[in-house]
Amino acid sequence: MVNITIDGKQMTVEEGKTILEVAKANGIYIPTLCYHPKLRPIGSCRLCLVAIEGREKPVTACNTPVAEGMVVRTSTPEILEMRKGIINMILSMHPEDCLTCEKAGNCELQECAYNLGVKKGTLPLEAQELPVLKENPFIVRDYNKCIACGRCIRACKEVQCQRVLDLVGKGSEARAGATVGDQEITLEEAGCVFCGNCVQVCPVGALLEKDSLGKGRQWEAKKVRTVCTFCGVGCNLEVNVKDDHIVRVRGYENPLVNDGWLCVKGRFGNDFVESPERIKRPLIRVGEKGEGKFKEVSWEEALDYTAKRLQEVKDKYGKQSIAAFSSARCTNEENYLMQKFMRAVIGNNNIDHCART
Amino acid sequence: MTNSIKEIEHNDVLLIIGSNTTEAHPNIGQKMKQAARRGAKLIVVDPRKIELVDYAYLWLPITPGTNVALINALMYVIITEGLTDKEFIETRTEGYDELWSVVKNYAPEMVQELTGVPAEKIYEAARTYATTDRAGIFYTLGITEHTSGTNNVMNLANLAMITGHVGKEYSGVNPLRGQNNVQGACDMGALPNVLPGYQSIADAEVRERFASAWNCEIDEKFGLRIPEMIDFAAGGYIKAMYIMGEDPALTDPNINHVRKALANLDFLVVQELFISETAKFADVILPGASFLEKDGTFTNTERRVQRVRQVLTPRGESKPDWQIICELATKMGYPMSYNSPAEIMDEIADLTPIYRGIRYNRLEGDGLQWPCPTIDHPGTKYLHAGQFPRGKGLLQGIEYQPPAELTDEEYPILLTTGRMLYHYGVTTRRSASLESFRPEEFAEVNPEQATALGVKTGDKVKVVSRRGELITKVRVTKRVKPGMMFMTYHYKESPVNILTNAAFDPITKTAEYKVTAVRLEPVNK
Ligand code: SF4
Ligand code: SF4
Repeated sequence: MVNITIDGKQMTVEEGKTILEVAKANGIYIPTLCYHPKLRPIGSCRLCLVAIEGREKPVTACNTPVAEGMVVRTSTPEILEMRKGIINMILSMHPEDCLTCEKAGNCELQECAYNLGVKKGTLPLEAQELPVLKENPFIVRDYNKCIACGRCIRACKEVQCQRVLDLVGKGSEARAGATVGDQEITLEEAGCVFCGNCVQVCPVGALLEKDSLGKGRQWEAKKVRTVCTFCGVGCNLEVNVKDDHIVRVRGYENPLVNDGWLCVKGRFGNDFVESPERIKRPLIRVGEKGEGKFKEVSWEEALDYTAKRLQEVKDKYGKQSIAAFSSARCTNEENYLMQKFMRAVIGNNNIDHCART
Repeated sequence: MTNSIKEIEHNDVLLIIGSNTTEAHPNIGQKMKQAARRGAKLIVVDPRKIELVDYAYLWLPITPGTNVALINALMYVIITEGLTDKEFIETRTEGYDELWSVVKNYAPEMVQELTGVPAEKIYEAARTYATTDRAGIFYTLGITEHTSGTNNVMNLANLAMITGHVGKEYSGVNPLRGQNNVQGACDMGALPNVLPGYQSIADAEVRERFASAWNCEIDEKFGLRIPEMIDFAAGGYIKAMYIMGEDPALTDPNINHVRKALANLDFLVVQELFISETAKFADVILPGASFLEKDGTFTNTERRVQRVRQVLTPRGESKPDWQIICELATKMGYPMSYNSPAEIMDEIADLTPIYRGIRYNRLEGDGLQWPCPTIDHPGTKYLHAGQFPRGKGLLQGIEYQPPAELTDEEYPILLTTGRMLYHYGVTTRRSASLESFRPEEFAEVNPEQATALGVKTGDKVKVVSRRGELITKVRVTKRVKPGMMFMTYHYKESPVNILTNAAFDPITKTAEYKVTAVRLEPVNK
């Protein structure tokens, strides 16, 4: 443990923590953009500069560890001016379309500008018009909004271990891109697996889920925690819904399972639920077996008919003549009831499920 | 899994065998890659040059169907070089001598040709695994989907036991369960020989307890496994079937046979989200609600029971499967009614010792890992600490047996099947984004075969096995060795299970999806 003072507040904190981590844990605000709690800190946006007594120059709080006797001031007038200058510079090159930006309300650049009171970019910088890339069905990349914080690059490298993205270009053209030599290539060509973990860490609207565009503002969605249905890992999802429709899916932070990260299926595949091909009402076959021709009936009719036919088979051929497949896709409770149905209602143990699919 | 997902972060060696983890279990695969980044050694045993091979310390490119021989050879090295954990063998196991009497015939030099793995690699893998404390084994269907599946699994247990790599944190034998709730379906007794919590049907006391709780009689005769159900339906003994959320007419082996069996039924009721290949044979289809439209729990591969929460209202008139079952049971004269899945879990907990402490109000956080025997038990992170269920772990020597199907002049290519990243069962085919990205099969064939056939990536070929044939596009790649090819089972347009063999492991009745002999023929474009 070490003793330090931040903004006049004395505290005893764990060794090895950074100034930023300690400040956050103690409710002291230091703005950041390139920092993400699960990625290696790089101190590149320089918003987290703080003054340390006895040192001439300010240091970046995100990657400076605390030390015994350290006295930190997080918002001297000079530091506040520096921070405003940084935000002013970013805004001067940033498209001014916050009104319609998908990320509005959940944008860390907006938050920094708000907290620092920077209303708009005033520097005479000319921003090059850069492409908005939509070449794949999952992720949209708007390079004009990229602030080159490098969070996506680190998520891709440190979390997903794919190394698809790199920092390319200079000045207003600086961006996280997928390139070979100087040539833009598609994400797929660069080896992307479309986990979308880069999208999840993007602080601004540069990386977005393609399927979510126009489906609702950030603050409108209700967020529900549930579990992915696409494999046995059991990643926790945070499903964003509005008006009974899925807006987007993000990883929920269950540190014991997926720690907030997802794969392509869990993040982008849940739209199958809303497919128009879903069966909407009970069906009774009218065509030949295997042909796939059915007519819609009421629940009452379907269940009466099913109960009657199962009973007939049981009476005529005995209880061993019926078998059931339960499902490794259904819930525990449903599997429990299915085996109970076979054992208690039909009266045999002909119950199994595919160990596959 | 005997261990937990989180423990991978601290593994120093990961022996990954028959598991294309980055595609089948992507977020566990991600953790394995992270482990490699921080210096852990990955030993990847897989016939294909899968993504994990790029991160591997060692790749053992095994010929499908020869796992037992390879694992025996690993044990041969460990025993002959004195790398066993003698104390563990002494105190926790029995049968060591019998094991050695088999393993002694499997020197690496003897099996290198059969397994396709050079002897030096076997030596290095054995030494690395045996001499590292935090060494875990991870396997998937590449181990179980063989006629020798049960033997493969027992042999992995042998390997872990003689090195003392079990019953503690960071090392164990970890099956990665494929489907989201295959663990839970087994836990819940959706199996023909056990009631919930793996309580045996053969045990009269168990039957008595369930009979009195459910107010019925429990049949003492073991039920049928799926392949038997299919055979008996084809043979006319099974007359009616109730199929919930499964699609055997696409995913089971030798689907021509499955389809005949389904067509032969007097009555078939299917509960599904979509009109699946199986549902096309149904007399009645009952529309179930999707996982986003109901409450419940799933149990993941590390035995963690987690809450599934309703996000959307059921589409159309669909209903949660638990409600449908209740209504049908009630109509058949057995009243079943619960106000919510939480009430069903209360009943499960009452009857199931390993779930006894699991209640919905305890699942609001990050879930609970079974065994969770009491209401204040914190759950169990890793299994078999101190003792195995049967007391001492049994070491059993296992001889290599060739797969049921072998290649020959007429069918010279070995087809193996599996999953791919972008699809899962059949549901993802209805995801607009995933489907538009990967709308069709690209069978992987080696450049050698491609040249012989005169095809390139994107061309079509005909694949013929002893049971059927289909047409598919190919991707020419060195991911598969010469003489091998790979297909997924996701596409009904090129249903690979027309080709596969319905030869089963004698104990688990898991099919040999991993070894099918085929030949390739050109098709006129
Ligand atoms: S989607 Fe995943 S793999 Fe692709 S660039 Fe983003 S982080 Fe990397
Ligand atoms: S997000 Fe991917 S890795 Fe996680 S449970 Fe879903 S399918 Fe599995």
